[in-house]
Amino acid sequence: MELIFEKSRPGRGATTIPRSDVPEVAAGSIIDKNLLREEVDLPEVAEVDLIRHYTQLSKRNFGVDVGFYPLGSCTMKYNPKINEDISRLPGFTSLHPYAPAEFSQGSLQLMYETRQYLSEIFGMADFALQPAAGAHGELTGIMVIKKFFEKKGEKRSQILIPDAAHGTNPASGALCGYQVVTVRSNSEGGVDIDHLRELMAEIVAGLMLTNPNTLGLFERNIEQVAEIVHSRGGFLYCDGANANAFMGKTRPGDLGFDVIQLNLHKTFSTPHGCGGPGSGPVGVGEKLVPHLPIPRIVKRGDSYDWDYDCPDSIGRVRAFYGNFNVMVKAYTYIRSLGPDGLKRASEIAVLNANYVKERLKPHYDLAYDRVCMHECVFSGNRQVKESGVHTSDIAKRLLDYGYHPPTIYFPMIVPEAIMIEPNETESKETLDAFCDTMIAIAHEAKENPDLVKSAPLTTPVRRLDDVKAAREPDVCWKGRM
Amino acid sequence: MDYVPHTPEDQKKIMETVGIRTIDDLFTDIPEKYKLKNLLDLPSALSEQDVSALMKGIGNRNTIPPITLMGAGAYYHYIPAVVGHVISRSEFYTAYTPYQAEISQGILQAIYEYQTMIAKLTGMQVANASMYDGASAMAEAAVLAAKTLNRTRIVVIRSVHPEYRQVVKTYAWANGYEVIETPYEKSGRMNRDALLEAVDDRTAAVLLQSPNFFGIVEDIASIASDVHAKGALLVSGFTEATSLGILKPAGDMGADFVVGEGQAFGNPMNFGGPYLGIFAGTDKFLRKIPGRLAGATVDREGKRGFVLTLQTREQHIRREKATSNICSNEALCALAAGVYLVCLGKNLKKLAELNFQKAHYLKETLSGLTGWESVFSAPVYNEFVMRCPDPKTVNQKLENAGIIGGYELGKDYPDLKECLLFCATEMMTKDDIDRVVSIIMGS
Repeated sequence: MELIFEKSRPGRGATTIPRSDVPEVAAGSIIDKNLLREEVDLPEVAEVDLIRHYTQLSKRNFGVDVGFYPLGSCTMKYNPKINEDISRLPGFTSLHPYAPAEFSQGSLQLMYETRQYLSEIFGMADFALQPAAGAHGELTGIMVIKKFFEKKGEKRSQILIPDAAHGTNPASGALCGYQVVTVRSNSEGGVDIDHLRELMAEIVAGLMLTNPNTLGLFERNIEQVAEIVHSRGGFLYCDGANANAFMGKTRPGDLGFDVIQLNLHKTFSTPHGCGGPGSGPVGVGEKLVPHLPIPRIVKRGDSYDWDYDCPDSIGRVRAFYGNFNVMVKAYTYIRSLGPDGLKRASEIAVLNANYVKERLKPHYDLAYDRVCMHECVFSGNRQVKESGVHTSDIAKRLLDYGYHPPTIYFPMIVPEAIMIEPNETESKETLDAFCDTMIAIAHEAKENPDLVKSAPLTTPVRRLDDVKAAREPDVCWKGRM
Repeated sequence: MDYVPHTPEDQKKIMETVGIRTIDDLFTDIPEKYKLKNLLDLPSALSEQDVSALMKGIGNRNTIPPITLMGAGAYYHYIPAVVGHVISRSEFYTAYTPYQAEISQGILQAIYEYQTMIAKLTGMQVANASMYDGASAMAEAAVLAAKTLNRTRIVVIRSVHPEYRQVVKTYAWANGYEVIETPYEKSGRMNRDALLEAVDDRTAAVLLQSPNFFGIVEDIASIASDVHAKGALLVSGFTEATSLGILKPAGDMGADFVVGEGQAFGNPMNFGGPYLGIFAGTDKFLRKIPGRLAGATVDREGKRGFVLTLQTREQHIRREKATSNICSNEALCALAAGVYLVCLGKNLKKLAELNFQKAHYLKETLSGLTGWESVFSAPVYNEFVMRCPDPKTVNQKLENAGIIGGYELGKDYPDLKECLLFCATEMMTKDDIDRVVSIIMGS
């Protein structure tokens, strides 16, 4: 498909700028000409060209509204439309962040109550809503821990992270100046307790644990884990990427976690928007509340205001208050589902994952054969051995059948990993059709491996050359319009 | 409403296949004493009609002003209708990060086009797919410079947005870097001598903003070679993206990175977010730049296509050795910005000129009021600083009329206690300005 730049024709346009109703002043008469630019090299297209271009592009894109999206660890549940409509109300979109508090009582109330609801759902003392995404929340959470030790005058230089963790965990730890030390997994997919005990010393700030972990397994030894980390003065950090597994069933705060970051765009169904905007609130226990980012919202009587006077805060991690419009969607979602709806969402998410696991177990190697939580992880090892078909081939073949593939090659501790997260919003028919397709592909791999290896055959482009893209990087079009 | 489609019959069949009698059989890994025995203490579920009414009520507790004189990092601009229509297509807004390129060509191409337009506007060779916002983009540029050069000092001019400086300080503190602030001079521009004095062989980066927090256009070229001579990198920031339509690109004036806030390109003010961080750099940093990059390549049949590329920079491959920890970015906001730029096209320059004219008319009008004076002499784009008698009362009068006034600079700059920062965009009419004046003059 042509680039928008290739469709540009001199003299076309999609907008007119209003005529000025104030006296004209030439910019060149005030700003030094050396500081002004000549033309802007942007495309010239008619409005109809623009709309057809982006409509054509949208047809080359796959979203949850197009079809089943069992992308493990990403919680691609259905995004209710009412949330979108509410988030577009002018009352929510049109307010300047520095509007006086008297103008922004609705926004402040919504943020204040979102904090309260999240604190209740996850059993934390308080939440900060400023971080823009999950990884930003991780960074903020680790900074909060770092600040605690700094205030106490303790030097701790290491952070422990299990080998199964998301890549953002070690990257967040490192971006906070910590040395990252890896904790091994045990034979049943949990934390190797002996290894943890060996590593957990007074120089360790804490353990970043995803629970349920990236294998979709709940940490059975969570009490012991918490005890070991706390006994050496460390903090237990919960990566809440997998929070869709336990809402209304258990609370990280009760389990001994001191910090949690959430991904509102996963668990609370504010959509992903092709990779963002997200929202990554951070919840903490009582001890860490003074270190949360500024400003904090306070309620006085029936009205809300900002409080900037938090001397022990880590400061800011971005401008303003966070991805407010994403919070509007999460708030709407929480109010729509209520406590029983959230609990049922988690229960059915877990039930559906176990259903897919049981149905596919005879056909693919299951990484850990035990009850899973909201996702299950298989290995494509059997297919590699039998027919040389790799997990990437299976994923590409799924495209031909109209599915978004599961997450692949993650977690890294499972060879040829296939991580499936079906979510609670999918029907039995959808799950069955997907499982039937996975089984059909397993047969194809045996009988006609070349077919699977040549997939996809039906997509707008065939398999793309990643190596060329990296060796001869072309990230900006070099032509002129 | 829980959006679960299972009928009781479906659920029964599924449970039989799984081999459980109750749902709680799935949760036996949770230690018994930590299982919640009661429902969460949250308000009860609502129907769509009820939740809609509730949310409209909350939205109505906000006051949307007919006129806003506030800029300071978030800008009130007209958003063409096409922007909302494109980003409302659910093939875009309900998709994840485009890991499966063959079914994500839409967003990958759109991001490639966005990157191209941002690179052209900033005078850079490379732009990424977006960061969280302008402030975090600036902080990440500072950290990247320090890591790349193995240096520990960041120099930032005080005319950079106060919240951006706070974010830089937070990121620097976490990494053990030192942040030095240098003053602006009487004209409102950077104090060049003080700045260059602070740059030493430990300095990784110099951070400036143009137009700066006071709206003033900086002469970036005047320091570039001196900063580079010390081996440091020059990071040029902005908060008002439409200024790129009229000002010479920082990349053409010696900046190594151009970072800033892209909200003004087609994204509503949203009470502070989501916005999008713009991050652009010279070719030299192509393999170091944080965040996602869409790149062009070919498929098996030689057909042009797009993928996420140079992923070995990123956290999911490099883990603790990655350039940055960023994963999710602000893709949909970047899509909006891209559509906006395609829609405006070469008219972006005209739009910027209109902003310039409105702001200069407002500035001239306010300067004519008794006791009011413009504080800085250096040229501005669409924001400017006025000293006036009792700024708090001025803002209060405007607020009483439902208008958002200027930014009170005294809280961040003790030397500017009697000063307000004002902004005028294309949204402000001459009538609005007359109304503002009559409110300020009224008793």
